[in-house]
Amino acid sequence: MDELNGFPVSRRELLGGGAAAAAATAAPMSAEAAEGAVNAQAPTMPCSFEVNGQQRDLDLDPRTTLLDALREHLHLTGTKKGCDHGQCGACTVIVNGQRINACLSLAVQHTGDKITTIEGLGQPGNLHTMQAAFIKHDGYQCGYCTPGQICSAVAVLDEIKRGVPSHVQTDIAAAAQFTNMELRERMSGNICRCGAYSNIAEAVAEVAGGVA
Amino acid sequence: MKAFTYERAKTPLDAAKAVAAKEGAKFLAGGTNLLDLMKLEIETPVHLVDVQDLKLNQIEATDDGGLRIGAFVTNTALASDERVRRDYGVLTRAIVAGASGQLRNKATTAGNLLQRTRCPYFYDTNMPCNKRKPGSGCAAIGGVTRQLGVIGTSSACVATYPGDMAVALRVLDATVETVDPQGKTRAIPIADFHRLWGDKPHIETTLLPGELITAVTLPKPIGGKHFYHKVRDRASYAFALVSVAAVIQQDGSGRVAFGGVAPKPWRVEAAEASMKQGAKAVAAKVFAGAKPAKDNAFKITLAERTLAGILAEARG
Repeated sequence: MDELNGFPVSRRELLGGGAAAAAATAAPMSAEAAEGAVNAQAPTMPCSFEVNGQQRDLDLDPRTTLLDALREHLHLTGTKKGCDHGQCGACTVIVNGQRINACLSLAVQHTGDKITTIEGLGQPGNLHTMQAAFIKHDGYQCGYCTPGQICSAVAVLDEIKRGVPSHVQTDIAAAAQFTNMELRERMSGNICRCGAYSNIAEAVAEVAGGVA
Repeated sequence: MKAFTYERAKTPLDAAKAVAAKEGAKFLAGGTNLLDLMKLEIETPVHLVDVQDLKLNQIEATDDGGLRIGAFVTNTALASDERVRRDYGVLTRAIVAGASGQLRNKATTAGNLLQRTRCPYFYDTNMPCNKRKPGSGCAAIGGVTRQLGVIGTSSACVATYPGDMAVALRVLDATVETVDPQGKTRAIPIADFHRLWGDKPHIETTLLPGELITAVTLPKPIGGKHFYHKVRDRASYAFALVSVAAVIQQDGSGRVAFGGVAPKPWRVEAAEASMKQGAKAVAAKVFAGAKPAKDNAFKITLAERTLAGILAEARG
């Protein structure tokens, strides 16, 4: 039958052969070869910072983002990788008291810094008030953006306290107050695909002692 | 991301020398734009010179009553400074109209000036782009142009300078201070800092190779009411379709610059003489010679109406 069809090859063999052919084509620039070349060019660098109160000393490829250092090297996987381009806020951590996108920062830029991740804010049985408020107000559905939302929210309340201005202030020279509009503006760098925004706003408002 | 080596310079001159010494080296400040572009391999520096230890993070008064803003001052620190909020409100307003809280905490004054366009064809490495790959062509011309430029563009590139802060700096007549690898310093008026790139859209500023921005200075305050109105597709955290920075005096005279419309913050000083006649008269002069595409011709009307709103508010 195979001879009649002139196709003496099974689908699996065909796919296998295809993959082998593709691999052969790609061979001159295989991942391993590229990796070798890259490693020769970019040796690792020492990098030391404090994470959640603990001194951490790493030896990293300079390309490693702060986000990947936290997740892949320190196994602090609470901080999430969403877009990896600073657009979604899932990777928000607090560095020297200020929230930043960990994905748009190299780990080596942070030598000497003090970093707080969601794991450092609170732990099971010892929750940060913001974590407890998110649970109480159901401030999430899938939960993927939640660590970033919580780190951001904690920092936002501090920013309002420190008088950092925002786009929605009528008088830019005056001190900001906590309002729902202020919160929405200041949290605009944290995207929630499930759309839990109104519950997030209620949670943060409760911690702020204001009205959402 | 392509491999690179990394160092932290100790002085501005050392940083300038380090970048000049190695072909393909770049300064690294906050990294919020550069690292994004490196991940996409649109930027492929072989060496990064981190400028965070150069002590360029102070805002200080100048002898002539203005302010000197260190290149490494973050957007948040600059927008929060009491003197800036009181005397240069347009600058605080412009900064807080841009990006997100997280990004403003990391982004710096110099880095913000150097941020690259958000033209979707520049970001899409499958498309020709004269800015990304000189000589490859421009896919934006004849493409989707809603976000793109309407004036000052060229047949090689129709992208815009995307930022907000520089539009306010243009209205305030700021100056960009630099040091070059030989230790020579110079002061570049903000009007001359961003180029009308013509047939070389990959060269966006008048900085020379290895030249490092050390500060941005503001002349003494000019009073007036300060406005920065930004129109965009979302209420927050989006680039401008059109933005208008203006300082309007009590007698109705004033200064105005436009963002989101050109390769640089767009200010036509001669048009400001018409301020008392209203937005239509100003916009007619500001946008004389504009070459909009079908999808972005609305920007000219939008700019005029946004300025009209500001002038009404200033009178109110």
